[in-house]
Amino acid sequence: MGWFKRSKDGITTNTVDKKETPEGLWHKCPKCKVIVSVDDNKANLYVCANCGHHGRINAKEYFQILFDDGKFTELDADLVSQDPLKFEDTKKYADRLKSTIAKTGLNDAVSSAYGKLNGKDITIAAMNFNFIGGSMGSVVGEKIARAMDHSLKHKIPFLMISKSGGARMMEAAFSLMQMAKTSAKIALLDDAKIPYISLLTDPTTGGVTASFAMLGDINIAEPNALIGFAGPRVVKETIGKELPEGFQTSEFLVEKGFLDFIVERKDLKKKITQFLTAVE
Amino acid sequence: MEYLDFEIPVKELEAQIEKAKILQQESDTDMSKNIDELTARLVKTRKDISKKLTAWQRVQLSRHPNRPYTLSYINAMTEGNFLELFGDRGVKDDKAMIGGWGMLGKESVMFIGQQKGVNTKMRQYRNFGMANPEGYRKALRLMKMAEKFNKPVVALIDTPGAFPGLEAEERGQGEAIARNIMEMARLKVPIICIIIGEGASGGAIGIGVGDRVLMLENTWYSVISPESCSSILWRSWDYKEVAAEALKLTAKDMLKNKLIDGVISEPLGGAHVNPIEMFETVRKTILSELRKLKKLPPEKLVEQRINKFCEMGVFNG
Ligand SMILES: [Zn+2]
Repeated sequence: MGWFKRSKDGITTNTVDKKETPEGLWHKCPKCKVIVSVDDNKANLYVCANCGHHGRINAKEYFQILFDDGKFTELDADLVSQDPLKFEDTKKYADRLKSTIAKTGLNDAVSSAYGKLNGKDITIAAMNFNFIGGSMGSVVGEKIARAMDHSLKHKIPFLMISKSGGARMMEAAFSLMQMAKTSAKIALLDDAKIPYISLLTDPTTGGVTASFAMLGDINIAEPNALIGFAGPRVVKETIGKELPEGFQTSEFLVEKGFLDFIVERKDLKKKITQFLTAVE
Repeated sequence: MEYLDFEIPVKELEAQIEKAKILQQESDTDMSKNIDELTARLVKTRKDISKKLTAWQRVQLSRHPNRPYTLSYINAMTEGNFLELFGDRGVKDDKAMIGGWGMLGKESVMFIGQQKGVNTKMRQYRNFGMANPEGYRKALRLMKMAEKFNKPVVALIDTPGAFPGLEAEERGQGEAIARNIMEMARLKVPIICIIIGEGASGGAIGIGVGDRVLMLENTWYSVISPESCSSILWRSWDYKEVAAEALKLTAKDMLKNKLIDGVISEPLGGAHVNPIEMFETVRKTILSELRKLKKLPPEKLVEQRINKFCEMGVFNG
C-alpha cells in the first residue's frame, strides 16, 4: 500500500526515468548522481560502479541476468486484470490499467518464466515496480501461483524476486486474498520439498512482505533495499518521532534475523547456484 | 448505551418508551397501549434504518462502542468454560491477541482472536486490537496445539490492523503474518474464521485462513480501511464514505464476490442491541459448521481449503 507516496520520499525515481536521462544515452545514479553511459550501466547489471547503488530493474532484466545465455520461456504473459470492482477513485482503475499497459509494455506487475540457471532448471517470477508500484492484484497473485505450479509439476526450484509497495487497493479484498493464495501454494512447495528462494529488492513492503516474500527456505535481499510491513511514513506517524538510521533496510533485517544474507547483483547467480547445489 | 448519528431516531423512541414506563409505575395508570405502540414504532424504525444502511454506516456499526468483543463471545458461548492461554514463548504475551481452550457444549475448541478494550484504559491495554508479531506467533502456537490434539480452531477477527510500530517491524510483523497464513492453509484440523467487527487487511488475514470464513452482517473486511483508502487514493480524509462503497467491503459484497463463505445475521439494529442473541447465533453457526467439517478427512480438508483460496481472483486470459 501507499506505493506512490514513497516515491516522494526521495528513495529513488522509477526505472523509466533513470534509463532515459539525459537524452537516453546516459544514466545518472539516483544516489550519488555520477553519470555513466547506458551501456556501461547495463554491463554493470544496473548497479552504480561508483557507489554500489542497485538500480530498480524489471523482471525481464533479471531474467537476462539469471537465465543461462539470457534464454527463457515466459509463462502466462497474456494474463490481464479485469477490474472486478469497477473501481474508481480520482481516476478509473480501468483507465489506469490501460495507460500503464501502454506506457510500460507490460500486462501487469509480475512476469514469470522458466529456463536454466547454471544448468539447473528453475522457475522465476519477478515483479515490475513501474506497473502501479508493483502492487499485487488478482493477476499478480495468479501468475505467481501458476509459476509455483510450474515448479511443483516439474519438481524444479522456484525463485521469487519481490519489488512491491504491497496490495493493489483498486482490487480491494481480491488483492488481500492473493496473500492467502500465494502463501498456500508455498505450503504445497514446502510439503513437496521443492526449494524456494525469496529475493527481496527495493522496495518490498505491505502485503507482499506479509506473504510470499518472507516465506523462502532462504530469504535474501539486495543491498540497502527498503523492506518492511508498514511503510516508513506510517511507522514514523505511529511512534511520533524520527526513525533510527538504517531502519527497514536489508542490513537492518539481517541483523534482526529475517534475512539469511545480503547479495550483490553480480553474485546473485553464483549464490543461488551454491544454495541449490547444497540442497539438491 | 451510545448512539451513532443514524441511530438518533431509535434513541428518541427508546427515551419515550422509558418515560412511559416510569410514568406508568409512578402514576399507576395503564400505559401499556402507549408502550406497545411506541415499541412497534421502534421496531419499524430499526427495520427502516437497517434496510437503508450504507457501506460506511456498516463500518460505523462494526466499531459501535457497545458492540461485543471477542472475549465476550467466548465467555458467553462457553458459559465461562474457557481456559485462557498466554504468551508466544519468545518475546511476551500480546494483550491484543487472546486465545485458549473453550467448550462449546461437548465440543472442545481452540479459540483465537483479537481483543479490543471496553474503556479508555483497557483500549490502551489491548492496543486497540492491533496485534504485534508476538500476537500472531501466540495464535500460531495455539493453532499448532489444536492440531496436535486434533481439535478445531475458531478465530474471531476484530482488528483495525496489525500494529505498525517500530518494534513490530524489528520483530518481523510481515514474517509473522506470512507464516500464519501459510501454516493455517495446511493445518490438519477444521478452522472457522468469523469477522465479528473490523477485518482490516493483513492484520485480519493473519488469523483469517479457514475452511469457513464468515462475516457478521454489520462488519467489514478489506485490504485497507475506508479512511486510509481515502487518504491514499483521494489524498484527502473526506472520501471515506465513497471509499467504503468502492472497496465493496460489506459482508454482502464479500459473499457476492465469493471471497467469504457466508454471512451471519445480526439482531435487528446490530449485535450491540442484543448481544445475548448474537452470541447464541454465532454459537449455533460454529457448531453446525463443525459438524460438517469434522466429516472430512484431514487431507481432504486441507486440499479444499487451499483450492478455495487459490480460486480467488478475477482476470482475463
Ligand atoms: Zn551511485
